[in-house]
Amino acid sequence: MSRVRVLVGTRKGAFVLTADGARKQWNVAGPFFGGWEIYHVKGSPADPDRIYASQGSGWFGQLIQKSDDGGETWEPVGNKFAYDGVPGTHQWYDGTPHPWEFARVWHLEPSLSDPDTVYAGVQDAALFRSTDGAQTWQELPGLRNHDSGARWQPGAGGLCLHTILLDPADPRRMFIAISAAGAFRTDDAGATWKPINRGLKSQGIPQPEAEVGHCVHRIAMHRSRPNVLFMQKHWDVMRSDDAGDSWREVSGNLPSDFGFPIDVHAHEPETVYVVPIKSDSEHFPPDGKLRVYRSRTGGDEWEELTNGLPQRDCYVNVLRDAMAIDSLDACGVYFGTTGGQVYASADAGGHWSPIVRDLPAVLSVEVQTLAD
Amino acid sequence: MVRVELPVHLRTLARVGSEVTVHVEGEVTLRSVLDALETSYPVLRGTIRDQITLQRRPFLRFFACEEDLSHEQPDVPLPGAVAAGVEPFLVVGAMAGG
Repeated sequence: MSRVRVLVGTRKGAFVLTADGARKQWNVAGPFFGGWEIYHVKGSPADPDRIYASQGSGWFGQLIQKSDDGGETWEPVGNKFAYDGVPGTHQWYDGTPHPWEFARVWHLEPSLSDPDTVYAGVQDAALFRSTDGAQTWQELPGLRNHDSGARWQPGAGGLCLHTILLDPADPRRMFIAISAAGAFRTDDAGATWKPINRGLKSQGIPQPEAEVGHCVHRIAMHRSRPNVLFMQKHWDVMRSDDAGDSWREVSGNLPSDFGFPIDVHAHEPETVYVVPIKSDSEHFPPDGKLRVYRSRTGGDEWEELTNGLPQRDCYVNVLRDAMAIDSLDACGVYFGTTGGQVYASADAGGHWSPIVRDLPAVLSVEVQTLAD
Repeated sequence: MVRVELPVHLRTLARVGSEVTVHVEGEVTLRSVLDALETSYPVLRGTIRDQITLQRRPFLRFFACEEDLSHEQPDVPLPGAVAAGVEPFLVVGAMAGG
């Protein structure tokens, strides 16, 4: 029987939640790195016991931790993120040039084939890669040096590269997303990048259909169909059928098309999950009801999933990296909230229950499906 | 030997007690003490001063002999009592809630 391991990053440490394939009885380990912000924890698809964690604090800066035993023990590894060459400037909030300054690692994406290769998406927005198990990091400067780079502006959360998708069918193709520059694709392993934002419309920028400047919150794909992408934007849920070359809106009947996470069912490439919230400033579920929405039609038509989720007086948020899906049959869906709950559904969203209720605010959730 | 007191999170990270001692070659300054500390405990690189600019992290302070040395130039000699190991060099994290 298979097992699952849920990796949770919070404002005050990391937690590892484990269960057998039934996903009913859970063991909670942690906190690891208590008191530190853990923006992201993710395991290697090539070696599930190899896990990387982004550990940081306003006092002591950025650290990266690595585990080789599934999260039981950890070792600090390389934390020097030096921009390539003279970094230059991007735009500050007031439109003036602002030097590129490293602040933190938002997202770690281990290679699909090599446990020692891992990508890091950082603030100020740049993509780094390590090929030695995170001992050393090198920037892939072609992204930041894109012609539009000097015009990128931060969103409210900073100029952060928060999404990295590796194409399982083409090791030279990657997708990334930056708030608030938009989505980009490389077809040559990171040497050059192309903005892929045609079809996005953002009312909060001077040119709503500009090439860059969109606040993309998250992108997801199904590994069997990497040319089809789903996007949760600052407003609007979007879909691309041509690897990002063009997008169309699929928000359909959602009660709000604002949100952060988006993910795809493990076995049904047309089944997509989002968590609508109100905005621009409230960032909590409409009507105090925590509802996941699922589309079985690749967007446009959405059904609410509420069984086991609080349907009154709930005012939490679910952040962009805080949803994950395992590959069991039926697939499990997991998400964490800023209220410290991690909810799980072992039936693709039909029924939900909390694994834990009282963690620090959850920043990220990832899940590994493990063979016994 | 120079005595260095670390804040609790850095003690945990370096797996040491509240105070460590480091051997400093040459003159005892902010730079030479921090260089020696990072050589002995590489995991502390980047946690007290930025790895690229070598600037002190803004929420940390350096105290010794009842003086705030945070704004001293990196190559100014530290007090003789620190260099002699009589008084510790304190790395202090700003207090904050949350």
